[in-house]
Amino acid sequence: MTTAVSGAPSAGRTQRRPRGRTLSRRWPLYAAIAPFFILFSAFGLYPTIYSLALSFQRSDGLTTPTWVGLANYQQLLGDEMWWQAVQNTFIIFSLSTFPMLLLALIIAAMLNANVRFSTTFRIAYFVPNITSVVAMAILFGAVFGQSFGLVNSALNAIGLGKVPWLNTPFGIQLVISLLITYQWTGYNAIIFLAGMQAISKDVYEAAQVDGAGRVRTFLSITIPLLRPTIVFVMIVSIITGLQTFTEAQVLTSTGATAAPYSGGAGHGGLTMVLYFYQQAFGYNKFGYGAAIAWGIFLIIFMFTMLSWRYSRRREDLTRR
Amino acid sequence: MNTMGDPPASRRRPQRRIGLYAALIVGAVVSLFPLYWLLVVASNTTSDIYKTPPRLLPGPLLFENIAKVFDKIDFAGSLGATLIVACSVTALVLFFDSLAAFAFAKYEFPGRDKLFGLVLLTFMLPMQLALIPLFMIMTTLGWVGQLQALIVPAAANAFGIFWLRQYTIGAVPDELMDASRIDGAGFFRQYRTVCLPLIRPGLGFLGLFTFIGVWNDYLWPLTVLTNPEQVTLQVALAQLNSSFGQDYGMIMAGALLAVVPLLLVFLLGARQFIGNIAEGAVK
Repeated sequence: MTTAVSGAPSAGRTQRRPRGRTLSRRWPLYAAIAPFFILFSAFGLYPTIYSLALSFQRSDGLTTPTWVGLANYQQLLGDEMWWQAVQNTFIIFSLSTFPMLLLALIIAAMLNANVRFSTTFRIAYFVPNITSVVAMAILFGAVFGQSFGLVNSALNAIGLGKVPWLNTPFGIQLVISLLITYQWTGYNAIIFLAGMQAISKDVYEAAQVDGAGRVRTFLSITIPLLRPTIVFVMIVSIITGLQTFTEAQVLTSTGATAAPYSGGAGHGGLTMVLYFYQQAFGYNKFGYGAAIAWGIFLIIFMFTMLSWRYSRRREDLTRR
Repeated sequence: MNTMGDPPASRRRPQRRIGLYAALIVGAVVSLFPLYWLLVVASNTTSDIYKTPPRLLPGPLLFENIAKVFDKIDFAGSLGATLIVACSVTALVLFFDSLAAFAFAKYEFPGRDKLFGLVLLTFMLPMQLALIPLFMIMTTLGWVGQLQALIVPAAANAFGIFWLRQYTIGAVPDELMDASRIDGAGFFRQYRTVCLPLIRPGLGFLGLFTFIGVWNDYLWPLTVLTNPEQVTLQVALAQLNSSFGQDYGMIMAGALLAVVPLLLVFLLGARQFIGNIAEGAVK
């Protein structure tokens, strides 16, 4: 590597060169990374800072905004609909995340048991993740329809009554959770599977020598060694799950009676981001919308940190 | 490969093996059933679906329902808009992200690690924080309702730079870099002649990943494409659903049209794609 005659990338050598020459050789590097930073500054960083300022204003985006100090945040703290949205989001998050991760672990363990057609199975399990959320939300809306939905027809056929899935708040939350579970279980199974395949075979052989059975091996070896992957998947699920929007918006906007972005019957499908959208783009309350966006960010940030610290503490405990 | 630690299972416990395959097949059926049901509803009349028991097999009306979709919305226009946006974003992302990834992976320059840390930090910002001001910027630029509002902000992204940097480190050997440097190649020539040919499989994955993401994107297109005459497929589909929600046959035909092209594109590279998704997460 020391044979390089000019433009060597090693820092020690380049620092000793005259400034002008270094710059003329380095500008392409900065030019190469510039597009991202320019685009991010213009369409990511600047709007984010702007939205902080906006959250202290009353603004509809058309007339001149007025500064209102902390009024938007005060309003948010006393806004019952906001707290309902927070609650809805966490209900949907819990109903979807835990079954999803459990199912994904089971599927990954099955795929890891040296099965044939493994690639075909993995593709079949992954397909729900690339099908559009909008299309699947529309389909789930039809399948869980009260009078003619497939699910109620099936329930009817086995002698059970019809369930008003999308006409009750909890029913809506359940269907949204099912949809999220449907779309993300396979994806998470694929990630768990990769984590399992990274575990050394020696550990399993040692367990076999010790006479550990399948279930015992899975619980005492696979799960603890998979912990970093589980934590990763959990954190990603928190960040994406707490920002649920499309599923809720599309599922609750069917039918003439639905007000836009209201979250359906009893506002059961009103998630935090849907409420943000309703205030910002349904009612043009840009200042209040920005305050809601920061509220969502704060909740996601705190919840992520809490889960992270909790998983770290558990890790320390298991190591002792 | 016997990760569960038993001898070739087919010899030992055949009935357990059968149970395993049965469970895997049931899971795959559940996974794929919604797509099948999409086809069933899209190829029947709404009243066939409303019957008790409902029709469980594809019917003869698929093309009639598709024709109705074309009648109700400008499907071809939406498909065109989606293709323009998805192709432009994919091409721009591949170009800008691979340039940046190459610089971060194979060169040293003052501030490199800090700048790369900054790239990773941008992951943390959720979309809705920037959404309102972004809309205001688009208003100022006069881009509301225009496709460039979807293309320009998405033209480079942190995920792609992060992922391609990892890939480039592994795919481009230092020896080749040195050899081309002796030949007098500068950064951009090295990018073209050394880096690009070697990272092509990585670009294939990132391209597919980006294309799928843009194709299915909903929140931002819904916000900024205010002209119902020019929207992407997902927004058109949602509009179709909220305005003609009772005609399931037609709506599902529309949904099928929004899903199938992407599914075909995905299946072309599915094997490698899934491998890369898994690898990226475990690293």
